[in-house]
Amino acid sequence: MGAKKASPDLLNSSFSFKSLKLKTKQQELLLRVSILGLVYVLAFIARLFSVLRYESMIHEFDPYFNYRTTLFLTEKGFYEFWNWFDSESWYPLGRIIGGTLYPGLMVTAALIYWTLRFLRFFVHIREVCVLTAPFFASNTTIVAYFFGKEIWDTGAGLVAAALIAICPGYISRSVAGSYDNEAVAIFALLLTFYLFVKAVKTGSLSWALGSAFGYFYMVSAWGGYVFIINLVPLYVLVLLITGRYSMRLYVAYNCMYILGMLLAMQIRFVGFQHVQSGEHMGAMGVFLLMQVFYFLDWVKYQLNDTKLFQTFLRITVTSAILVGGIALGVGTASGYISPWTGRFYSLLDPTYAKDHIPIIASVSEHQPTAWSSFMFDYHILLFLFPAGLYFCFKRLSDATIFIVMYGLTSLYFAGVMVRLILVATPAVCLISAIAVSATVKNLTSLLRTKQKVPQTGSTKGVGSSKSSSKVTLDQSQPFQKNGAIALLVGVFYLLSRYAIHCTWVTSEAYSSPSIVLAARGAHGNRIIFDDYREAYYWLRQNTPTDAKVMSWWDYGYQITAMGNRTVIVDNNTWNNTHIATVGRAMSSYEDEAYDIMRSLDVNYVLVVFGGVTGYSSDDINKFLWMVRIGGGVYPVIKEPDYLVNGEFRVDKGASPKMLNCLMYKLCYYRFGELVTEYGKPTGYDRARGVEIGNKDIKLEHLEEAYTTSNWIVRIYRVKPPTNRL
Amino acid sequence: MNTSKKKKKTYLPLDVKPTEQPDAPNDTGYFLVSFATPLTPGETVTLEVLYILTHSLEPFPSEIAQSESQLVYYRDSAVILSPYHIKQQTTFFKTPSARVESFTNVEPANRAGKEIKYGPYEDRAPYSYAPVNVHFENNSPFAVVEELVREIEISHWGSLQITENYRLTHGGARHKGVFSRVDYQSRRSISGSSSFNALLAVLPPKVNSVYYRDDIGNISTSHLRTGFKKDLLDIENTREKLDSSKPGSMTNECSLWLNHDKLIVCSIPGVQVGDIFFYRIELCIIELEFEPRYPLFGGWRATFIIGYRVPLEDYLFEAPDGRRYLNFTFGCPLVETIVNKLTIKVVLPEGSKDPSAVLPFTVNQDLQVKYSYLDIVGRTVVVLQKDNVVPTHNVPFQVYYTFKPIYMLAEPFMLVSAFFFVFVASLAYVHIDLNIVK
Repeated sequence: MGAKKASPDLLNSSFSFKSLKLKTKQQELLLRVSILGLVYVLAFIARLFSVLRYESMIHEFDPYFNYRTTLFLTEKGFYEFWNWFDSESWYPLGRIIGGTLYPGLMVTAALIYWTLRFLRFFVHIREVCVLTAPFFASNTTIVAYFFGKEIWDTGAGLVAAALIAICPGYISRSVAGSYDNEAVAIFALLLTFYLFVKAVKTGSLSWALGSAFGYFYMVSAWGGYVFIINLVPLYVLVLLITGRYSMRLYVAYNCMYILGMLLAMQIRFVGFQHVQSGEHMGAMGVFLLMQVFYFLDWVKYQLNDTKLFQTFLRITVTSAILVGGIALGVGTASGYISPWTGRFYSLLDPTYAKDHIPIIASVSEHQPTAWSSFMFDYHILLFLFPAGLYFCFKRLSDATIFIVMYGLTSLYFAGVMVRLILVATPAVCLISAIAVSATVKNLTSLLRTKQKVPQTGSTKGVGSSKSSSKVTLDQSQPFQKNGAIALLVGVFYLLSRYAIHCTWVTSEAYSSPSIVLAARGAHGNRIIFDDYREAYYWLRQNTPTDAKVMSWWDYGYQITAMGNRTVIVDNNTWNNTHIATVGRAMSSYEDEAYDIMRSLDVNYVLVVFGGVTGYSSDDINKFLWMVRIGGGVYPVIKEPDYLVNGEFRVDKGASPKMLNCLMYKLCYYRFGELVTEYGKPTGYDRARGVEIGNKDIKLEHLEEAYTTSNWIVRIYRVKPPTNRL
Repeated sequence: MNTSKKKKKTYLPLDVKPTEQPDAPNDTGYFLVSFATPLTPGETVTLEVLYILTHSLEPFPSEIAQSESQLVYYRDSAVILSPYHIKQQTTFFKTPSARVESFTNVEPANRAGKEIKYGPYEDRAPYSYAPVNVHFENNSPFAVVEELVREIEISHWGSLQITENYRLTHGGARHKGVFSRVDYQSRRSISGSSSFNALLAVLPPKVNSVYYRDDIGNISTSHLRTGFKKDLLDIENTREKLDSSKPGSMTNECSLWLNHDKLIVCSIPGVQVGDIFFYRIELCIIELEFEPRYPLFGGWRATFIIGYRVPLEDYLFEAPDGRRYLNFTFGCPLVETIVNKLTIKVVLPEGSKDPSAVLPFTVNQDLQVKYSYLDIVGRTVVVLQKDNVVPTHNVPFQVYYTFKPIYMLAEPFMLVSAFFFVFVASLAYVHIDLNIVK
């Protein structure tokens, strides 16, 4: 209060006209704040392409689940949400929603929603959900600025903010409508890292506390928190090994680990994994190692005899490793510590999933990354990154070691899985920003020092790299100046290309909602295929409310969210056997499939079929994965039965099992009567470019209930069993 | 049931009131019609009575397959149920198609094409009754709006936002068994003849920001078009000599007109009898042709929302006593549909008082409070509710209320002050040193 009372005269003094002229420092502040403000706005509006092109809607698959749960949360309140048993999915098993999801995203959106309502902005929850991702992307740019400032300088921070604002690797997961965990998780990830680096740098408990809370938010939002809980200990370990151990590090890590762990345990889905799961054991090991280090340090301080200390060191380290090893061994053997999960293995070994877990390998975003997608998502950052690494190594500090480790590890994971490009993006942007900022700064200071050589010399210490340029200053001045100008022009050209590329990628590749398909017509007009929503809305309006719908798991979330009907399996692939049962039904003959469907109380079967429109990601093209996943649990399903000479075909040359399995029948039922393309025979499949092999399909136990206008979604009704007379 | 009277050539509407009769047989309803001038002995008068029945066609068979045609029963009496002695009566039934499965024979009765003629019957006693059952084909769309909620939000900043929530169903014979897309798209006339996939809504002129969506998003199958209704109003009185048809011919060249020749008889929201139009193009009205996401077969449902905005000056007026009143059309903008339950909510601006609604017929009235953007005390909502609404109910109604224009400034003032405080706070934050250690 005292400070507030003093404010009027402070205000008065600062309002005199003389002080209206800004000092250099104030100018710099104004410039910085306005640049950051612009970047903040830019990051937001660059993600609105999809809203402008299509509409304010939720995209893809998983976001529909998130939207549905958020809707539930805002309608029923937090307590109900936490205890929600969802009987609409995984019939007949059901799913305990509160215990099997990361609630961070939903709670964040609900809080934003409630705040807006409190402020008398009566928005719809859908709008909040759609705009959550762009909003958090904007916040990420601010964190990136501070992070860049922490590891290098404010210039690098500003460049990092600008780079990350439009980097396609990040935009791909954070456009408006992409309401997925990653939307807030990248913000939380970067915030945790920033606060931790800050804590290590200052040794302050408050920053470490902040980082623990950042970690808690990350844990509540995304399963990718495992990356933090492994990277941070690894970083600490590297610091220990390189002899950079300090009291600051001790305070930062211990506080962050202990508090972060305790907080993370509050998330039901994570629970006691921090002390029980193999993936989290590294962090605990480093925590114990740190105590040993501290203890040794203390002993060393107490003992002045180096020889005695050497012996003590040897004994302590050996016994510590021994005890640790035994504890780990006993824990693993007794089952207290769970072994690494398949997903974790598949991260470390790219070929693991292919051989062991077809359900992970079947997802396209889990495939190893192609070089082209690196180029697509990073563009110039790809070669600015090594340059940035060079600068980091040149000015090694605790902070730069961290960013280097973050960059290198995440880039490895990005190579293993396409979707993890997202995790690497902030690191790549930061390191590239260092390269850009350091280069530009060096070049401009080169230009400036020459102009002002008599007056200032070089009071602005930029970096060690500059000192070398000073030495050669008088030798080749004109050439150097021109060279610097040329290089600067080159840098700005590259950056402008980057901006153009990012805008193009965002508008062309990453802004389609995938639930509404758009194509160009013969006259250049836009044709919209809205078949998914047509089918889901048909289900919602014209089927009994307790109807059970069987489909491949990709469409489960959408059917429950938009169709409001019970599904057998959905995108939360927690029960492999159940999915395999559906896969088996789809790949069996109709009468066998009928028994399976009867046992699961299925009323409707939904298949996605692109033969009429040429939509290639349909169920026929996914069919081999159904066979593989089904065959993984039920050996009666054998992949070779569906192939001819190792080739997957649907035309006349296809295998007889293929031509008569349920999926084939449901997709191509009465398709043989249809002419899809002028000059082609009837039953010409445009997605695969062949004439189908079985045009005379009779259904015995199912009947066509609905087919959408472009045939993309076909729904069949399962008939009740006939009377036995 | 709605009743109105017309006289040949010069129509003279007469007063119609529902009334009770003590000796009424079997819950018969009565309407009392008062003549304009008393009828003197020996004088004759011709009355024309129009009444509209809803839900009186019973589909039989009640479930049909996709390729079948829809047949319905209509039950009535060949002789009108009347408390008076009938000297002579002839009854005609007009069916939509020439296909009539059966009809009750009450001599003399005969059928010619789409018309069934009963009578003439001579000298029938009061309350005589001759049940007639006609079984005929009727494939016209049985679009029934089960519930319609229209929300009319008045903003004194210049617009009227109308949001209409529909729950639509196909009220005809229930669809049975398979829906085959092949049959539907290749043989539309035979397969799925009883279904409909598009509806027409007549929106007021000068409408803008039209949207059409449902719970899961925008419905991408709709067309907004301007149509020209030359049959609708007598345009000979307008000043045709002016070269006023240019915009009209331009829209015609761009093939934006529709229904050149089709006569749609219903009142148009925003156009009143007596309005003077100086340009032909002013007669253009906006039609929204919209398709639900899927074709509707018997028993299928669809829910959707239509929203649009119209300029305020055409609908809001100031009464002589200083009150404001909204003059808007009751009923449903869909052409040729019936509404089982219609709720109209007129959301008055925040701060308005003493609302009262004036309607030509009785409706249930209620008051509610609604919160919209930046509302503190909430807006008064006048709720009008009526069951069984047909296109004849599309007549203007008025809602009167008092409103002080100063309330219009409340919300901008709130916004301005909020920004002001943000800037003052940031100013203070920059200039105050909160450090404990100096």
